[in-house]
Parts: sequence; structure tokens; C-alpha cells
Amino acid sequence: MARAVTPQRKLINTGLAWAIGLLIFFPILWTILTSFKTEAQAIASPPIFLGFDWTLENYGVVMERSDYGRFLMNSIIIAGGSTILGLIVAVPAAWSMAFVPSRRTKDILLWMLSTKMLPAVGVLYPIYLLFIQLGLLDSRAGLVVVMMLINLPIIVWMLYTYFREIPAEILEAARMDGATLKEEVLYILTPMAIPGIASTMLLNFILAWNEAFWTLNLTAVNAAPLTAFIASYSSPEGLFFAKLSAASTMAIAPILILGWFSQKQLVRGLTFGAVK
Amino acid sequence: MHLSNALRAATALSLIMVGAAQAETITIATVNNGDMIRMQGYTDDFTAKTGHEVEWVTLEENVLRQRVTTDITTKGGQFDIMTIGMYETPIWGANDWLVPLNDLSAEYDVDDILPAMRNGLSHDGTLYAAPFYGESSMVMYRTDLMEAAGLEMPTAPTWQFIREAAAAMDNPAEDINGVCLRGKAGWGEGGAFITVTGNSFGARWFDEDWNAQFDQPEWKAALDFYVSLMNDYGPEGYATNGFNENLSLFNQGKCGMWIDATVAASFVTGDDSTVADHVGFALAPNAEGVEKRANWLWAWALAIPAGTQKEAAAKEFIEWATSKDYIELVAAKEGWANVPPGARTSLYATPEYQEVPFAQMTLDSINAADPTNPTVKPVPYVGIQFVAIPEFAGMATEVSQEFSAAYAGQQTVDEALAKAQAITNEVMEAAGYR
Repeated sequence: MARAVTPQRKLINTGLAWAIGLLIFFPILWTILTSFKTEAQAIASPPIFLGFDWTLENYGVVMERSDYGRFLMNSIIIAGGSTILGLIVAVPAAWSMAFVPSRRTKDILLWMLSTKMLPAVGVLYPIYLLFIQLGLLDSRAGLVVVMMLINLPIIVWMLYTYFREIPAEILEAARMDGATLKEEVLYILTPMAIPGIASTMLLNFILAWNEAFWTLNLTAVNAAPLTAFIASYSSPEGLFFAKLSAASTMAIAPILILGWFSQKQLVRGLTFGAVK
Repeated sequence: MHLSNALRAATALSLIMVGAAQAETITIATVNNGDMIRMQGYTDDFTAKTGHEVEWVTLEENVLRQRVTTDITTKGGQFDIMTIGMYETPIWGANDWLVPLNDLSAEYDVDDILPAMRNGLSHDGTLYAAPFYGESSMVMYRTDLMEAAGLEMPTAPTWQFIREAAAAMDNPAEDINGVCLRGKAGWGEGGAFITVTGNSFGARWFDEDWNAQFDQPEWKAALDFYVSLMNDYGPEGYATNGFNENLSLFNQGKCGMWIDATVAASFVTGDDSTVADHVGFALAPNAEGVEKRANWLWAWALAIPAGTQKEAAAKEFIEWATSKDYIELVAAKEGWANVPPGARTSLYATPEYQEVPFAQMTLDSINAADPTNPTVKPVPYVGIQFVAIPEFAGMATEVSQEFSAAYAGQQTVDEALAKAQAITNEVMEAAGYR
């Protein structure tokens, strides 16, 4: 039986949720605010929160110095391409593990996840040499494949969890009605798992967008995404925090907007099957 | 007549076509700092003169190091020019990973490069990278606070004077720290500073047989002095302060003195500094009776990785970017205080540049640094704030982490030195030096 929530308790819960939300969002908020300050105001001590002369100068400098459009396009292609490619591989894999499990399914799942435990730098040289041999250095195609492989274990795990919530009897009924395997996956399973697939896509897109090891090490000019754009404004010898903040804000803005628009879908997907 | 016109036109056309065929697009990896960004702004001048286009890959210093090291060791061929430092150049030159710069044009005047810079960027007498700008370290101090304290900064102060001045200028009520120094872990951050401080107390990383020397009294004296000075008159949390943190403190008027890179001089006297009109300069200090001072030597230089297909165009760029003409171009557009310092002798003979307040002290500091003879006792290595061997970066980062832990009070100086001794000997043994 559900417990009645008093107005006071609701108020406290809401206040607490807002406080935690603000705490988590604060670094991003501070970055955004700093991007509108002068370099001197950016390092002022005590820090200035809102009482400063707002300026767009840093954005002007960043736009003048860097080809933001090219970095943005590369990010979209790499994150989007790796997400789509990942789903093409992961949906059949997760289907097979969820509906036709073998004795080894659990072991395979764990083994897939264990590849995430290897520090990336440990395989930098082999991958780099492979990329040289294949002519994939500084190419978007190469990055799409690497990003897909990096995030594949997470996509498979997430989809596997969602698929497990779908009653196998529905797929069985479809099969009895004459559906082929392709039709079963495309027209029965996928539509039923849309919230789960959407949240998996979004999470994978965010992970690929923010990845800053491979994208920095395997690119130079042609395929460099927004992580390289941010890295070009970081300096250990010189105070360029306001410009760095402007570059960071421009880099996270697209993904932040995407997150806001799809947060309902994301929350629904992430909590899918949590309560039976 | 018609024939000669036709011939002229054909010659002109063929020259244009040859020029067009030779025009290249070169890719340059570089760091994000004021001088490098300024150079990127003048790329059009280079393109207008040579026809070559330039693609820039600008990265944060540590990311750049990892990126270009991976590329050069695997012969990835991603860059036609790399911005590297004095640490990498002799090592990479010895491995034949860089194109020797021994055929630069006569107009370039290679002999005009400051001798200290030329030596530091050479291996076996061959230049492998051309310095874009160079630096040493020096004392930057608040003239108004010194005057109020009734002290006068000598041109060549001792550490004992620095302590005395720090005590006199330290004013916690006004949020002014007597002295600000690097303490941040990292071989190029606090590691560099404590190494030169060690040199100025007569300490050394290794003896002639590559045995670590952190168990020697000179290191103990240097580290004890540093910790005591900073605990008494340094800023809160100095163990995590690097160049930028101290620059920020100094520019806000929160440091009486700051001992750091000479390139900082243009920042502390620039528009973003609240104390720009009250800054004086002096040579880096030494301990009384020790002839070596705590001044390092560094250059950001341009080098061509071996195997590039665009060597000729890359050399043209290097000649342009590190030339006297480039310095004059920047001076004409942005003033003499903004030209890349510390690379060419002729710059310091220019009357207009001599009027820049930190010019002479920068030159004196660079000239006082000797990478082949960094400390009092003989050493088997080259380098002042580093040891030019491939193992140094990783090993020195670990050592500086131990030192930073001592600055933060997480362990004693003796414990940090004992760990540094063990780390260093272990690495040297594994690498086959001992």
C-alpha cells in the first residue's frame, strides 16, 4: 500500500532534489559563467559569481581562431556513426543472449565487460600501428569503428537488460504466425524495446561525444572532433581560462540541448524494467 | 616582337605553374601559449611569401607530448613540423627521428641563435630544432612592497636574502604571501623547480656512475629550505600550485616575490596584471657559497620529423617562423614587448628591445644557464631542470609526487627523499644504467 506523502515532506524532498541537481550542475554552470568573463575576472579571488561585466569577447576570439563547424561536424559524424554501427551489431547480439541463451551467455557478457577494464593507453601503440597500416589515421571512419568497439560492451549489456524484460511468448507468437527472424527482430522486438534502444543510443552518443583519449591520439586535422577543439585552449603556461570556458561551453552545448530535449525518453529508458 | 612577347608569357606561365606545383600544405603540431597563438595569426604572411598553406594542430602541452611521441616513434607521419622542447630534441636527434637543420640558408643566420639555445637543441654539434622562443627562470618581485619593507633586491640574490625579503613582505592580514613558488607534482612543473633549487644548493640527480644522489646532504638542505620557506611565507595549498596558479596570485597582488619562467615577465607587466607598474626582476637565487643559481633553460622549438614528404616546405616554414624578419613583423604589429624572446642574440642588441624592462634580465638568466654543467659536482647527463634521458619524464614525475606529498605535510622530507632515492635507483637499474 502506498504511503501518503505530507506537503511538508514533499517540499523537503523537492528542495533536496533541487539542491543535489544544482550541486551536480554547478561545474557546468561555472564554466558557462566564466566564458562570459574577462581573463582577469576569470581568475579573480574571491571568485565573482554574477556581478561582472558580461562579455562575448571570448566567443569572438574562439570563433576567429578555430573552425568550430569542422570540429562540430566531426563530433556529430563520429558519435552518430559509432552509435548506429554499434546498434547494428549489438541488437542481434543482445537478442541472441536474451532469447536464445546458452550455458556460456553470462560468461560472454562478463568477458565483454572486462575489456572496459583495460586502460586505453595500454593498447595505444598496437592500435596506432594498425591505423598506420590501414591508412586510417586522422580519418572519421577509423574513429567511428574505434568508438563503436569501445562502447559496444555497454550497448550490448543495456540492450540485453531491456530485451530480458520482453516476454518471450510474444516473439514465439510472432514466429507461429510465420514471422521470419528478420521480421521478428525488426517489427516485433525493436518497436517494443524502443524506449530502451533510444536511451542506449543517447547514452552511447554522449559517451562517444565526450571520449577524449582516442579522439585526441588518433586525429590531427581532418577528423579532430570537439574534444580536440577544447584541448587546443588548455595551457599550462598562460591564463586562458575564460577562452577555455567559452570553447568548453561551445563543445558541450549541442549535447546538453540534446539531453534536455530527450531527458524524458532517457529516464524512461534507464528505469525500464526497474519496477515490475 | 610578337614572338618575344609570347616567349615571355610562356616563361611567366611556366614559372607560375612550377610555383603552384611546389606549393604544399604542411601540418604543424604546437602548444597553446601566447607566442604560438600569435604566430598562427601571421600564417598568411608565410603563405603570401611561399605559397605554402599551413594546417595547425594545437594541443595542451602534455597531450601534445604524448601525441607527437606516439607519432614519431611509430613513424605515423601525421605532422610535418612538431613543436618540441629542449628535453626531447637531443634524445630524438640521437635516434635519427628528426631531420638535421644543418643546411639552413645564409640569410637565416644560424649563428645568431643564442649559444645556450643552440647547444640545448643540438646533438653531437648538429642542430635538430630551431628555437621559436626560449626562457630561463628569474625572480619577479613587487618593487612597492620591497620599498615599503626597506629592502633593496640585489641583482643576484641568495636564497637567504629571498627568505629575509619574504619575511618582510609577508602580510597575511592583507592576503599577501612573501613568496610564491611551484609545488605541483609533474616533472615539468614542481619537479623542474625543485631540481634547479637543488642545483643551487649543490645537489645533483646522479653521480658520474648514475647512482641516485637523493641521500646526499645537499638535497636534504635544499628540500628543508624550500619546505620551511613555503610553510612560513608561501600561499595556502602551495603543494598544488604550478605556473598558472602562481601567475594568477602574482597578478592579483598576492605575492611579494615569484621565481619562475622568464616568459612570465610579459604577463606580470601586461594588461591583465593589477601590479604591472610595480614589478622588478633579479637573477634566480643561489645558496650562499654555491656558484650555481636556480635558473633553468628551456626552449619551445620547431623540428621536422624524419620521413616527412614535405621537408623542403617545412624548412621554409621554420626559417620564416624563427627568423629575424618574423621578430620584426611582430614588433611592427604588436610592439617589442610581444616578440618571441630568448632565441636570437640580435634581438638583445636592438635598441627598442633593450628598453623592455625584463629584456636584459632574461638574457642574463639564459646566459647563466649551462645544460652541460648544471650543478657544482660533475654529472653524467645534459640538462638543468631535467636529465636528457628517455626514462627521466616518468621517473621525475614520480619523484615530484613524493616531494609534493612532503609539501602537503603527508610525509616528512626524509621520507620523501628516501622514496625518491629508491624510485630513481630502481628505474636506472631496470634501464641498465647501473
